[in-house]
Amino acid sequence: MTDTSADAPTFDYAPAPQAADVVRLRSAYGLFIDGEFVDPADGGSRKTVNPATEEVLAEVAEAGPADVAAAVAAARRAHDDVWGPMPGAERAKYLFRIARLIAERSRELAVLETMDNGKPIRESRDSDLPLVSAHFFYYAGWADKLSYAGYGPDPRPLGVAGQIIPWNFPLLMAAWKLAPALAAGNTVVLKPAETTPLTALHLAEILQQADLPPGVVNIVTGAGGTGEALVDADVDKVAFTGSTAVGKAIQRQVAGTGKRLTLELGGKAANIVFDDAPLDQAVEGIVNGIFFNQGHVCCAGSRLLAQESIAEPLLERLKARLGTLRLGDPMDKNTDIGAINSSEQLERITALAQAGEEEGAQRWSPPCELPDRGYWFAPTVFTGASQAMRIAQEEIFGPVLTTLTFRTPEEAVAKANNTPYGLSAGVWTDKGSRILWMAQQLKAGVVWSNTFNQFDPTSPFGGYKESGFGREGGRQGLAPYLEVTI
Amino acid sequence: MAAAADRIGVARTAKLFIGGAFPRSESGRTYEVHAADGSFLANVAQGSRKDIRDAVTAARGAAPGWAARSAYNRGQIMYRIAEMVEGRRAQLAGEVAAAEGLDDTAAGAEVDAAVDRLVWYAGWTDKLAQVLGNANPVAGPFFNVTTPEPVGVVGVLAPQDSSLLGLVSVIAPALAGGNVVVCVPSQPRPLPAVSLGEVLATSDVPGGVVNLVTGHTAELAPVLASHMDVGALDLAGASTDSVADLQRAAANSTTRMVVAPSASITDGDQESTAVHGAWHTPPTTARMRGALELKTVWHPAGT
Repeated sequence: MTDTSADAPTFDYAPAPQAADVVRLRSAYGLFIDGEFVDPADGGSRKTVNPATEEVLAEVAEAGPADVAAAVAAARRAHDDVWGPMPGAERAKYLFRIARLIAERSRELAVLETMDNGKPIRESRDSDLPLVSAHFFYYAGWADKLSYAGYGPDPRPLGVAGQIIPWNFPLLMAAWKLAPALAAGNTVVLKPAETTPLTALHLAEILQQADLPPGVVNIVTGAGGTGEALVDADVDKVAFTGSTAVGKAIQRQVAGTGKRLTLELGGKAANIVFDDAPLDQAVEGIVNGIFFNQGHVCCAGSRLLAQESIAEPLLERLKARLGTLRLGDPMDKNTDIGAINSSEQLERITALAQAGEEEGAQRWSPPCELPDRGYWFAPTVFTGASQAMRIAQEEIFGPVLTTLTFRTPEEAVAKANNTPYGLSAGVWTDKGSRILWMAQQLKAGVVWSNTFNQFDPTSPFGGYKESGFGREGGRQGLAPYLEVTI
Repeated sequence: MAAAADRIGVARTAKLFIGGAFPRSESGRTYEVHAADGSFLANVAQGSRKDIRDAVTAARGAAPGWAARSAYNRGQIMYRIAEMVEGRRAQLAGEVAAAEGLDDTAAGAEVDAAVDRLVWYAGWTDKLAQVLGNANPVAGPFFNVTTPEPVGVVGVLAPQDSSLLGLVSVIAPALAGGNVVVCVPSQPRPLPAVSLGEVLATSDVPGGVVNLVTGHTAELAPVLASHMDVGALDLAGASTDSVADLQRAAANSTTRMVVAPSASITDGDQESTAVHGAWHTPPTTARMRGALELKTVWHPAGT
């Protein structure tokens, strides 16, 4: 166990800053429509800030309904004239090219992601960007093999897809949306989140470098109003990743229109630790589960379910480990926990943590100095919580862990499933048969056993229940973008 | 109800099928059902909102047990349903003939097709995981596999036109995937469904796995669509002008649509051979896929 007593040796870290000058930021960004950056016709603009410093990074266009309509029209033309008729083998080569260009410019994109999002450079560099490139590379290979995917002898694209993505993994979510849609022969209008539009706009430059035909991908920046306009526009398919509340609103909005819909929504995942689990590994998994990306993860392991007999030693080790996490400058390569993405999100996390205290749970954070500027929230653990508390039911989307206990596997399953969500779950035990039994019982689209927060382009991801429907990744990730005939 | 000169026939009371039992509507209501030629057929239980909620409760109670049965066992039971339908061929053909205005040959063909459809779906139960799931070659030292699982309770508005083949074609795919069903049968042609309930009760199908609530579709559909315990909806029998409202209601708990809306609408025209023909078209896996979730399980590989 880690010794946290006062006379334990302490080690200081030297600063290890990542240089920011690998990014050529423009002061203003237009909309990417029909292969060109254009000024909005009827929209204004909004500033995007670095959440770690509150400095303005750039001015970004806000697309209005006319801009969205122009983008959808460009996508329609590109689908009918170019991308739809193009042989899959040729589409594949464009996607391979994009994958390679992303890899070539991955440091620039990682730094930009960290500046716009607040996540540690270690994560954007080692997790987000490799997955972005890999996702395009994986789906590139599908473009000329769709008849082998199990969806009929000649599955056709749906047409134009309107895709709305969140701010927690800005470029990765763009890749998850774009790659399968394009491989299947659809064209796209993509709306990035209003607080993190920059990597998608730099991706637009990459699409230009790749000579992707104009209109195949269009990017309209803006907030919720832009998203609503996109859902209402003449698109054949809507794909959304974000909150369950907005997902339900979009499902209502497309009701009766015949538009296809897939939703990847919120979560409140249980991370279940049995008494025979290797505790040190489990602690790493718990930390990774809830503090990766500041807990801005829809599949975050935000509810720790610890078997009663080991709950105390587990929490002791967990707290000791949290004492070693480094919170601060996301551009420092040693940083574990970066900035909260926006002041609005910080307020939400703060309010929910406050509710946890008011409802009677015990709040704990390691000694942790928060920087003066920017948006920050110390890693937080709640104990003594009940299942009915808001911190055990609502998605906090921040570095806040709620711990509950259980005695039997059956009780663990009942508590884990006691939520309207069903995106992911974690199980920690040395017993193989129990892992498989738990995996069968848990109502979740992804079950990580003796690991957590693993992602791969070949591996389908998506939720049960109110965590949405449809899968991203793998062979199954093509289905939402095809007219399936089998 | 032709009877020998010295004997009065014994008519059947057409009741609901909920939780394996045959209750009347808790509302006490019935509605008159007429044959295609306009003659009186029966007073059929007119289910209420409460009956739908009771049926969902029964279904939810039956869901874990049905999902936990082996795929082989579910296939056996579904094949048993086909056997029981075959055994009631004459009765069902008569009911279909009266309801849909078909001659004996055409009505018999409807029953035959319904039996064949049940057999087709029965054979799917233990193949879905192999056809829809797979191992995933992730770029790391992990075992990674994706398998389908049932969504749970499927709410079904059965086709209004095709009273038996259409009904079987929307219930069977849900069952094959391990789901349980709350179904509102054809409003004007409910009697084959009432008989199907009696078939199910004698086919080793556990109580609550299929629930049939006859009544007015427009009254019952919104209750089913908005119910929080309904995981997926098949709107095959919804009127075209009700689809948007039902889908809006379903959004309150992100209820899935079993098939894309455009594919689920039939025009409900009883004379249309085209519509009848539609249910004779060999089915695809669409209705099974639409009521399945996909679960991906990771585990590290190592010594």
